[in-house]
Amino acid sequence: MMQLLRPRATKDEALGRARVAWLMAVAACALAPHAEYLPPWLDAVALLLFIWRLAQWHLGWPGASRAVKILVVIACCAGVALSFGRLFGREPGVALLTLLLVLKLHELRSVRDGHTVVLLGYFMLLAAFLDSQEPAIAVLLFGSMVVITAALIALTGPPAAVGALLRRSAFMLLQATPFMLVLFVLFPRVPGPLWGLPVDAHGARSGLSDSMEPGSISQLSLSGEIAFRARFDGALPARRELYWRGPVLTDFDGRVWRQGASARQVGRALPGSLEGTRTAYEITLEPHGKPWLFALESVAALPADARITDDWQVVRRDVVRDRRRDRFESVTSARPGRDEWSGWLKAARQLPASGNPRARALAQSLRDQADSDAEVVAAALHLFRREPYVYTLTPPLLGSDAVDQFMFETRRGFCEHYAGAFVFLMRAAGVPARVVTGYLGGELNPVDNFIVVRQSEAHAWAEVWLAEEGWRRVDPTAAILPERVERGLAALPSSEPVPFAARLDAGWLRALRHRLDAANNAWNQWVLSYDQQKQRELLARMGMQQPDWQTLTAWMASLCAAFAIVLTLWALRRQRREDPLARAWRTFGKRMARTGLPREDWEGPLDYAARVARQRPELAGIADAAATLYAAARYGGADAATAARDIRTLTASLRRHRTRT
Amino acid sequence: MREALRRWLASLGGPPELPLTLDRRRIFVLPTAVGLVWGCALVAMLLTAINYSLSLGFALVFMLAGLGQVALLHTFRNLLALELDELPPQPVFAGQPARIVIALGNPESRPRAAIMLSMPGAPPVMVDIAPGERRTAELLLPTQRRGWLAPGRVRLETRYPLGLIRAWSYAQPRRRCLVWPSPEVRRPALPPADAGLVGDRAGGDGLDEFFGLRDHRAADSPRHVAWKAWARAPDAPLLTKQFEGRGGGELWLDFERLPADLAPEQRIARLTGWVLDADVAGLQYGLALPGQGLAPAAGPAQRDEALRRLALYGLPS
Repeated sequence: MMQLLRPRATKDEALGRARVAWLMAVAACALAPHAEYLPPWLDAVALLLFIWRLAQWHLGWPGASRAVKILVVIACCAGVALSFGRLFGREPGVALLTLLLVLKLHELRSVRDGHTVVLLGYFMLLAAFLDSQEPAIAVLLFGSMVVITAALIALTGPPAAVGALLRRSAFMLLQATPFMLVLFVLFPRVPGPLWGLPVDAHGARSGLSDSMEPGSISQLSLSGEIAFRARFDGALPARRELYWRGPVLTDFDGRVWRQGASARQVGRALPGSLEGTRTAYEITLEPHGKPWLFALESVAALPADARITDDWQVVRRDVVRDRRRDRFESVTSARPGRDEWSGWLKAARQLPASGNPRARALAQSLRDQADSDAEVVAAALHLFRREPYVYTLTPPLLGSDAVDQFMFETRRGFCEHYAGAFVFLMRAAGVPARVVTGYLGGELNPVDNFIVVRQSEAHAWAEVWLAEEGWRRVDPTAAILPERVERGLAALPSSEPVPFAARLDAGWLRALRHRLDAANNAWNQWVLSYDQQKQRELLARMGMQQPDWQTLTAWMASLCAAFAIVLTLWALRRQRREDPLARAWRTFGKRMARTGLPREDWEGPLDYAARVARQRPELAGIADAAATLYAAARYGGADAATAARDIRTLTASLRRHRTRT
Repeated sequence: MREALRRWLASLGGPPELPLTLDRRRIFVLPTAVGLVWGCALVAMLLTAINYSLSLGFALVFMLAGLGQVALLHTFRNLLALELDELPPQPVFAGQPARIVIALGNPESRPRAAIMLSMPGAPPVMVDIAPGERRTAELLLPTQRRGWLAPGRVRLETRYPLGLIRAWSYAQPRRRCLVWPSPEVRRPALPPADAGLVGDRAGGDGLDEFFGLRDHRAADSPRHVAWKAWARAPDAPLLTKQFEGRGGGELWLDFERLPADLAPEQRIARLTGWVLDADVAGLQYGLALPGQGLAPAAGPAQRDEALRRLALYGLPS
């Protein structure tokens, strides 16, 4: 067994076994963060190739022949093409680079091959940030950078201890940090992608979609992921006002609610004359891959690149790919759209020609009993409140005529059921109505005063148009379970599968979560979404108003130069090391000074010995021997190391001498 | 043009004659090929970071860019304040490599690693120097012709620690190396001590006189083996009787008296071989070259002087 474990001479001798080991460490560090995101077969292939290489290094197993390598390359390329459907793009690219790196470990013949591995390693670290930029990952990857840089030193330098190389590498990276900070803060940020991103640039993301059917929002509610964070300039509005408006769904086909033509009609003028107090706030939106933004109802001021649709939804031309920060103003008490175009009102009364007959009949009876649209709305809400409806995250599945089935049979549903059914009733009764999806509420983090809105706060409510007031928000859920508005999902009975985070009660756990979340938010705000806008903000705070890229470059260059000068001064600093002979002689002089006979600076060694002999004859032998040794080594070419050792011995004997006398 | 540039560069900071200490004006830095590839890779990584708006990607790229700057200084510092000197070169026979020994002193408390010394025509050598240590590096310079060999400029280069940057400097050894002629391989035996010259040069009876014993060599004539001594102690090694030409029996190695069909260089080669033979035999010998003569003597000093004269014969000094 020991025989097996003992490393044997292998072909690694060409590059050096230690270097090969370092390069394997590089591959391990650079590839480990990708394992989670690559297809399992690829992980397995990469791991096998790595272990095979390790066995070659450690146990002297035979290496792969050329034919085998070529076969592996062809097979892997085919595998990548099959599992991703293409060879180009982000994910297949990362997969191919992974294979390339691990195969390169089987092709280490020269230092140049080693450099290839190191450069690939750095690139794979960068690629790992495509998948996750969380603080923990960042720490891990910058730690990997120390290892990769140490491997680079090992490739260039003589064999050295692992610890020494890691220390050197960490020291160099530490010295590089000021440059990194300056460049990070001042490098002119270019918004947006430089070239068309491949379709998979941003993976599937959870969030509201442009359609709603029974079950779609309750599904989303199970996710504790953060949708966006908001911070208010002034006081927080009441919680029941925190309706964050998302996609408005007008078209109904009997089962699925979809956005209507009004959602595509962009460019409506903002109602500048909304009455009421304006609330200003900033939203940091997580990328969700859709073009819309979320804002409180009713929005009164927009970011520059956003528009408002005819159904009062805030949208952009492009989808939201990156985390973004926008400022909004809203008037929460306002009701827009009193002078709504008749075409849109007609669309808001549209129903399929047939289906759900019982609901239609109910609507007709409501209509008949009421004098106005407002009374129809009130009667319907009363109905929901009176009948034994249950608000639940796990409603039974519904078949055709879903509205009928829900209203008269199962009577168990989540907000999308209630909103959908309510709007159906309204339309059947001739009242213009539509479904609005978005988020309700949010949680205030007392650490940084951000309101955190999670996917579990996704909500659907209704909007009816009344001639006297315009579009009025009606939340049928509030009729069933008023606490839902005030407390969020925690209002649901404990048997419901509410996400853990949504139910967390006050206490240290909640405080800890707030703290973690605030740290995460700070990281997002200042590191991850450090973009053109944030850069301007920060520079303005430092007194640079609207710097153009020339100014930024000039500043960047001068600060880098300043750091370079500091480093150069450090490099030029002399760290003289006194040679052992001189040190031994100096120590000897010091020890002699204790006997009362210090050596004068101008005194040559032999003169000094002569003086000692005159004044302290008992020390003459030692002093003469030391002086002769020193002079012979310093001026006569005798071996300095031996002389230094002998002088040290004499110094020690001097101590014995002194204690004796 | 390039040559002029190189001369100008090399003249910065004064002539690089040894001994010298490498100060900052003598050290040049440029990126290596790996360094250039590294730069290109950084640009590619920067574009990726911009394209995908990867904030940490920016941080990584900027860190690596800073690392390049730091590498420059570390590489520069690896040569800075090195103390260089040369050791007197030992003469060699033409055809053997001349050993140019450069002493490198590291006066500082940090180690120096992977310093490559090279010289035109000599294979490069790599040295590491511990803190406070002095080391020598031996450059093996091939030789072909006898005479003085002036070593070219020594180039000291290092890429340590990252291999991205190359720092280099020059040092010019001042001492020349004496290259002795290469001895003729199949040479005739030493000429006899010449009686004909006796009258001319010294006078005397020409009788050889027994002078001592030394270890037997295969080339010794059997007539000179000390058989009696061997008979007394057969286990002991054979000894050879040595005779000393007294007076007129002097051995003269004379350039002019070699066969007329020998070219001058061949004569030099044969004389060189004879000098070695005579020295090995412990004989006293003199060397006569046209226009100069070396009085007979024996021993290493005589051999070195004779070889030196042969090495430099006919060459401008």
